[in-house]
Amino acid sequence: MLWLIQLIILIIVVITALAAITVRDLLGAAILFGAYSFMMCLLWAIMGAVDVAFTEASVGAGISTVLFVSAVFRTSRRTKD
Amino acid sequence: MKAAGAIVVLLFGSLLIYCTLDFPSWGDPTSPASTHVSPYYIENTLKDTSVPNIVTAVLADYRGYDTMFETIVIFSAGIACLFLLRRFKHVEPDTRLYRHVPTGITFRIEKGGRYPRESDLFERIDLQWVPHDLIIKTTCRMIIPFIQIFALYVIAHGHHSPGGGFQGGVILGASVILFAVSHNLRSSTNRISERNTVLLCTLGVFLYVATGGLSLLLGSNFLDYSALSQIFGVDPVTARSHGILLVEIGVGMAVMAVMISLYYNLASAGKQDEGL
Repeated sequence: MLWLIQLIILIIVVITALAAITVRDLLGAAILFGAYSFMMCLLWAIMGAVDVAFTEASVGAGISTVLFVSAVFRTSRRTKD
Repeated sequence: MKAAGAIVVLLFGSLLIYCTLDFPSWGDPTSPASTHVSPYYIENTLKDTSVPNIVTAVLADYRGYDTMFETIVIFSAGIACLFLLRRFKHVEPDTRLYRHVPTGITFRIEKGGRYPRESDLFERIDLQWVPHDLIIKTTCRMIIPFIQIFALYVIAHGHHSPGGGFQGGVILGASVILFAVSHNLRSSTNRISERNTVLLCTLGVFLYVATGGLSLLLGSNFLDYSALSQIFGVDPVTARSHGILLVEIGVGMAVMAVMISLYYNLASAGKQDEGL
């Protein structure tokens, strides 16, 4: 049963990672990256590395999303490539 | 060019996945990592340091020298970002917006005009207008103290549960950033100024190094906290856990200050005047 949950989360991780690099809207990419970090955090918590999961949740899903959003706020929302 | 990139990525990706086949299986008791290093920590951490959370003990005590340079990396990264993003030349904005609070009228004052003094009557608002929302402001005001208490708990309780200086510092920084997002940048810099963030970040690194230097002065190795038992008046084993707490506080201060200063500079494009 646990492997099924892990597999589902892993698939979501791959999907969000691919979506974050292909999406044209940079704000959307920042949010997708936050979702990616949160899913990675869940994976680490399942595997028992709770300290790493905690760091990922606070740094990856929390602060870095805010920093990305504030950088997007100061530059442009659409990518050129 | 894109096709070449895709081929390289696929090649290296499949190479990496092929290499994972050589890994010992997850939780294998006969793998090299579980036969030499881990058993020592599992058996001796509680005896040596009286810290139940082995991860914290390894991070801040056994591998304390490593973590010191991790903190210095964060410190130098924060200083580098400060020098890259900050505009040190003071640039006056061309126009400023003020709201007359009792009537709700917005004044637009061009360069050269006289600005009203900040008071209960006049409130300065940003040029890039962000909607004034009472619900968001009040909710954040109520949540922030609890976030900060939780962050302090994470730092102080890192000995017993997952957590420690890095996570606690990030959460503490996030609470200040939440305040800056929900109100505006100036009301946040009024509470923790840019000068104070740089000062706190330096002080945090200094606290870490000073703890190590203190144990050196007391006649022990650098970062061997058991020497601090002479100061704390406890046995050497408990002194090591107290030393870990001191170091974690230093890490938390440094990380919090770097996060806040990063956000200030990013959100205001280095001008520290108007921002998200």
